[in-house]
Amino acid sequence: MQAAAALTDLATPVGEPVYQLRNVGKTYARNAIVALEGVSLTLTKGSFSAVIGSSGCGKSTLLKIMSGLIPPSTGRVVLQNRPVTGPRRDIGMMFQQAVLFPWRTTLENIVLPIEIRDGKGAAKAAETQARELLELVGLKGFENTYPSELSGGMAQRASICRMLITEPAVLLLDEPFSALDELTRDFMNMELQRICTSRNATAFLVTHSIQEAVILSDVVYVMKPRPGRVAEVVPIDLPRPRTLDMMTTPKFGELVEHIRGALDKEAFK
Amino acid sequence: MSNLESIADRSPAAEDDTVWTEETSWLDRVPRAIQMLFVFVVFVLLWDLVTRFGLVSRIILPTPLETFYDLIFVGKNLASGGYMLPALWITLKEVFYGFLLAMAIGFSLGVIVGETAFGERAIMPYLVAIDTMPKVAFAPLFVAWLGFGIESKVALAAFIATFPIIVGTAAGLHAADSNSRNLFKTMGASRWQTLLKMKLPMALPQVFTGLKIGSVGVMAGAITGEFLGGGKGFGELIRTAASQLNTPRVFSLILYLSVIGLGLFAFVSWVQRRFVFWHKERVSAGGE
Ligand SMILES: Nc1ncnc2c1ncn2[C@@H]1O[C@H](COP(=O)(O)OP(=O)(O)O)[C@@H](O)[C@H]1O
Ligand SMILES: [Mg+2]
Repeated sequence: MQAAAALTDLATPVGEPVYQLRNVGKTYARNAIVALEGVSLTLTKGSFSAVIGSSGCGKSTLLKIMSGLIPPSTGRVVLQNRPVTGPRRDIGMMFQQAVLFPWRTTLENIVLPIEIRDGKGAAKAAETQARELLELVGLKGFENTYPSELSGGMAQRASICRMLITEPAVLLLDEPFSALDELTRDFMNMELQRICTSRNATAFLVTHSIQEAVILSDVVYVMKPRPGRVAEVVPIDLPRPRTLDMMTTPKFGELVEHIRGALDKEAFK
Repeated sequence: MSNLESIADRSPAAEDDTVWTEETSWLDRVPRAIQMLFVFVVFVLLWDLVTRFGLVSRIILPTPLETFYDLIFVGKNLASGGYMLPALWITLKEVFYGFLLAMAIGFSLGVIVGETAFGERAIMPYLVAIDTMPKVAFAPLFVAWLGFGIESKVALAAFIATFPIIVGTAAGLHAADSNSRNLFKTMGASRWQTLLKMKLPMALPQVFTGLKIGSVGVMAGAITGEFLGGGKGFGELIRTAASQLNTPRVFSLILYLSVIGLGLFAFVSWVQRRFVFWHKERVSAGGE
């Protein structure tokens, strides 16, 4: 575990640290499962990190701890120099499903976090900003449509807007596009990169697609199960901005192969 | 490229359109009003045959025509402000107050039972136990407690209609998925905000299902109350007519009551369509 922690620090690109995890562990008491053990990582300002691993290796648990939804059993979780002891305003979260509420228009869904935080008046005032965000994700003109009329990809774009409206310091993404078809997913990933770059956002992505992890990230954390832990930290030194064409370069192929190897070693252990 | 195009052009589809229609029964293609009329006519014909050939005594089953004449008689009486109008008015009041009471109690209890762990663990078992009792059997109690006036009927009507509303509300509050709950948590929403802005709206389809079942029960409660506890409503008119073996009158009074019941049901459905516009109803029989 110490080795993994040391590796993390080596792999971290230089920059102001935003989010720090030190030796985080989680045991689900109910069935005595060690879901996480000794996870240490540092997210620097404006960086994009991905965590990849087979299902059941603790990715969602890690993200829930980072978002303050559940407490860790051990370790230290610090965002912007303040320990995370519950849900926080400076954390934005995205789920596998878009989770838009069908009785609210797209615009009303996007300003919902503001409405909850500061009331209806503030939500009304945030609508201008919400419109700008809709334009940023290419949903201009859909302000007053209801979610039932949005496609899966459009719904996820709307939920990106909802995540961004509170201007969070860190974006936590739990397999956000895995319910979309492959063409849409590739496209959404490029959109995500563009949005993160334009806002200098710090992002942490959970995925089970190696390609997705490599094309988007500065660092990929490879996780292994039982107990869930970071087994390898892979820095991705592809130039930015990334394009879908890069997926055919030898460098990309090497990185994918390397990560697949790391995961396979686990699968056949 | 041009090669590909020429291959595409030679496909058989280019020569003949393969437009075809799905097979549907001719009965399904008839407009709905005509379908309903058809069932009605068949029903009345069967009814008429049964009475015409004396298969059933006239005293037990009047002819359709007798019933029709009595419907007109009762209609005229009501329209001209005859003695049946105050009776109708009383039953309407019982149904109205009963439903109002059932909504207030059912919704409040439903929220308590559906939202709090205490309510679910400690209160729900008792509600389930009471719900399994034959509620009509409480009628004499309500009469003993509240007298022969409208109050005992309102109480029975409300008592019957409350439970589906409780169950609908409680089940609806459980409908929120874990993603929505987690989203509200990460947004830092209070319990009250989560209830008002997420759980209750999400519960509405099931709340309305409970309201619809309740709207049917409230009518049954009011009439049963009148049967068992006297009073001066429509139920009493039915009871009197039945004791005089005036079956056409019983039939026509029941039909007028069912119009009221339908009206209440239709009103609840209308409110539902207005407020739960976002909820998709299940597809009808035979698919899209
Ligand atoms: N609430 C819970 N109670 C008990 N065990 C859980 C709970 N949530 C997750 N686990 C267990 O923890 C492990 C990691 O789960 P999870 O974080 O969801 O993995 P992943 O997201 O990588 O698929 C799994 O073995 C899972 O069964
Ligand atoms: Mg998961």
